[in-house]
Amino acid sequence: MSDMSTTMTADNGASQTLDFHASGDYHAPNGTLLGFWIYLMSDCLIFACLFATFGVLGREYAGGPTAAQVLELPIVALNTTLLLFSSITYGFAVLEMRANRQGLMMMWLAITGLLGAGFIGLELTEFAHLISIGAGPQRSAFLSSFFTLVGTHGLHVTCGLIWLVTLMVQVSKKGLIPANKRRLMCLSMFWHFLDLIWVGVFSFVYLMGVLP
Amino acid sequence: MSAPTDSPHDHHDEHDTEHDGVEAIHVTLKGYMTGFGLAAILTFIPFFLVMSGAFAKSGPADALILLLAGIQIVVHMIYFLHMSTKSEGGWNMLAFVFTVVLVVITLSGSIWIMYHLNDNMMPWTMQNARNEP
Amino acid sequence: MMSNHPDLAKLIFGRLTIDQLPLKEPIVVGTFAVVALGAIALLGVITYYRLWGYLWREWFTSIDHKKIGVMYIILGLVMLLRGFSDAVMMRAQQAIAFGHNAGYLPPDHYDQIFTAHGVIMIFFVAMPLVTGVMNFVMPLQIGARDVAFPFLNNFSFWMTVSGAVLVMISLFVGEFARTGWLAYPPLSDIVSSPDAGVDYFIWSLQIAGVGTLLSGVNLLTTIIKMRAPGMTLMRMPIFTWTALCTNILIVAAFPVLTAVLAMLALDRYAGTNFFDTVLGGNAMMYVNLIWIWGHPEVYILILPAFGIFSEVTATFCRKRLFGYASMVYATVVITVLAYLVWLHHFFTMGSGASVNSFFGITTMIISIPTGAKIFNWLFTMYRGRIEFEVPMLWTVGFIVTFAIGGMTGVLLAVPPADFSLHNSLFLVAHFHNVIIGGVLFGLFAGINYWFPKAFGFRLDPFWGKCSFWFWLIGFYFAFMPLYVLGLMGVTRRLNHFDDPSLQIWFEIAAFGAFLILLGIVSMLIQFAVSFMRREKLRDVTGDPWGGRTLEWSTSSPPPKYNFAFTPQIHDADAWWQMKQHHYQRPLQGFTPIHMPKNTGAGIILAGLATVFGFAMIWYMWPLAIISFVALLATGIGHTFNYHRDYYIPADEVARVEASRTELLASHV
Repeated sequence: MSDMSTTMTADNGASQTLDFHASGDYHAPNGTLLGFWIYLMSDCLIFACLFATFGVLGREYAGGPTAAQVLELPIVALNTTLLLFSSITYGFAVLEMRANRQGLMMMWLAITGLLGAGFIGLELTEFAHLISIGAGPQRSAFLSSFFTLVGTHGLHVTCGLIWLVTLMVQVSKKGLIPANKRRLMCLSMFWHFLDLIWVGVFSFVYLMGVLP
Repeated sequence: MSAPTDSPHDHHDEHDTEHDGVEAIHVTLKGYMTGFGLAAILTFIPFFLVMSGAFAKSGPADALILLLAGIQIVVHMIYFLHMSTKSEGGWNMLAFVFTVVLVVITLSGSIWIMYHLNDNMMPWTMQNARNEP
Repeated sequence: MMSNHPDLAKLIFGRLTIDQLPLKEPIVVGTFAVVALGAIALLGVITYYRLWGYLWREWFTSIDHKKIGVMYIILGLVMLLRGFSDAVMMRAQQAIAFGHNAGYLPPDHYDQIFTAHGVIMIFFVAMPLVTGVMNFVMPLQIGARDVAFPFLNNFSFWMTVSGAVLVMISLFVGEFARTGWLAYPPLSDIVSSPDAGVDYFIWSLQIAGVGTLLSGVNLLTTIIKMRAPGMTLMRMPIFTWTALCTNILIVAAFPVLTAVLAMLALDRYAGTNFFDTVLGGNAMMYVNLIWIWGHPEVYILILPAFGIFSEVTATFCRKRLFGYASMVYATVVITVLAYLVWLHHFFTMGSGASVNSFFGITTMIISIPTGAKIFNWLFTMYRGRIEFEVPMLWTVGFIVTFAIGGMTGVLLAVPPADFSLHNSLFLVAHFHNVIIGGVLFGLFAGINYWFPKAFGFRLDPFWGKCSFWFWLIGFYFAFMPLYVLGLMGVTRRLNHFDDPSLQIWFEIAAFGAFLILLGIVSMLIQFAVSFMRREKLRDVTGDPWGGRTLEWSTSSPPPKYNFAFTPQIHDADAWWQMKQHHYQRPLQGFTPIHMPKNTGAGIILAGLATVFGFAMIWYMWPLAIISFVALLATGIGHTFNYHRDYYIPADEVARVEASRTELLASHV
């Protein structure tokens, strides 16, 4: 007891009766959104490594094509536009979800999915073109790091698309129940996060890459 | 599996809604549109400058592109990812700041270290030899 | 059949052929025979006593954090036996392989052994033990009923098992990497290591890494969201604080490992050039990146051990922990500094003086918060009523041993000194000094401390003391000679020596390994003896040591739901305070308790991941595609399960609590 009294704060002196149980209906808050956010932060560090690798190896052309020679900005500009539009359409879907208008929400989700699929399609076209002109990932360290960084982002978008379709099926089966709303908010974070990574990609890889 | 009305499970779901923050996140059309507008502008400027060939040298251009990208990332964070000092009791913001610090450490540290390695590991040239005492 | 259709066989089996089974190596065949017999005996016993259904229902599919924690610890202890037999083989080889005697292990086999030893000890011994203790203890300490994502917890565990299974398979099918535990390129690239060893390394770590990362997210969210009301951050028990920081480190470091191993895999599988100098790559980038993960990793291991020592010291000195706030700040500072020191693992790689001095200084700074912690423990002990129970013995042993390891660490942090000590046995001695003396001693203290909570009876103190003394003395015999040898310039990973004057030191080290073996055997005997004497060692109070934190307020073992009523916290030593206030357990007013349901999805997914990993290792492309699609489909299918929870009815809670009341009354 003696060691306690010296360190105890004023509000819990031994004379006072303390309640040692939380009120009956106490229920710990759901951690899904925070947990998913933490997962996104860790994903961010995977990208940080890939960016760092591109930063170190991005000018190692090994006698092969340079970034300025093979990267085509108009395609990237179009892709960026698609992804940015898909962000805002997902935002509209969230607004409809809030208003509990399931049909409109599904429509915006479908549009988001189409924009995302367009993004992936364009990216695959770009990759196929690069490989066909001999600028595949095996050609140089620059191209290895380029394909890996951009490809990892593309892989994430693909996962997002699979998730989007899954969620649309689940909403159509179960409706806008709280569990589904929570999942839609997680996908919202995932989708916007990918757009955010893309900002880094087009700035660091494409725009800075083609500069002399 | 019936409609979401069977008892204890649902009770739980309703309970969650009050606590889990899905409804607590503040989303508005105006917010999304502001974010979209800012992001569009911040994307357009660097693309325009690079594609029009306005930059002759990469030094200041790199800095400008990175600056605009940084601003745009903050815009996405606030308007699309709804981050604020209040969300999840500040833990979102804390996690984000910590991540940014680590990203900066990883990026700048790697580049710094590898640049020095390249510098020190360059083949021995006549230039070096002449400069040696 | 196979010879008739070589193409078909190649398609199905990839590069796996009958030659990959090490039938010509008597040591491996012998090991296999022992392992196989042991496995058959174990499976036989389980079948004979009809335990399969019980194991499946109550353990394998359990989402109870306590059971998952126990399973993690069992995994860690089993793998400790494997990793330690590797160590004994190395010590034996080095003790005899001098001059004309080539020893009994060919270089090819020896290299696999030191690689496997490192990988297993870090990833499949230390990590599961640390995660297991956090899993078991932390939710109890914060007054929660489970973790934030119970299914993910089960899945994470089985993914860790999956990685361990792949490493074990490499013992008998093909070979393990011969590259050292971090598999630096160019040695680990496809030209220098064309066989499956490095692929075993990559896939086992990638699969286990998924588990580790998800468990980190899970436990972190649990601490942030599920603390009992009133438990502010500065009222969290120190072990929970260290668990918080460790999981932050896990979440922020393991992605780096994933990324760098993925790049190594791409270099090996897809012909990219990340680490291949010919086409512009840079092998040093691998070293740089992997240590950005690697340094935080050692703090991931040591921080929970610090937490355990803090709990143990406070309990067995009957005093509030000295300097709670400084302990917290020290932990947080170590967490942040963990990311600023990674270059000290490769001072000799050729960075300039500016880079080396920066990282040398940051490294030395870390000794300040760590030193603060040591003094906190010492001041807690000062004028305390110290009871030398087994956990406390481990703690005192730790303080002495770890201080030595810390000092040699500061020596190594000086870049010029490191140039002569790098890659020497001095380094080997240093990290064993801190990992055995810090992490392992901490985990053993934790196991002895929380065992009664998990199983309802204490561990036998006599065999526990035997184990402690054998380990402690064995450690000094095994590793002090390595410091000497390192200072004489002997490098690590050698399997033969020419200079006969060195032999005596290796013989002393081998004797130390033998003492450690006795320590491990004593621990196994301790488990067996304690089980047989469990009635005598029974803990009916739930609080066998006079604990201070919430886990001691519930029964031993705790009920499924941990706490019938969620506690309200007013102090960092919550249970101590409750005892001071003559707290009475409520005997009525129970309500239904909401709990998650068991699920088999975790073990199924991890099983598929094992198949996928194995197929990728052996280039069995069709099997890889099939298992990957199955993995994806099962994962998505699981998300269609919305009924993941149930309620324990109030009268069942009342029944469980009433039986405890009876038990307590019968042992007043």
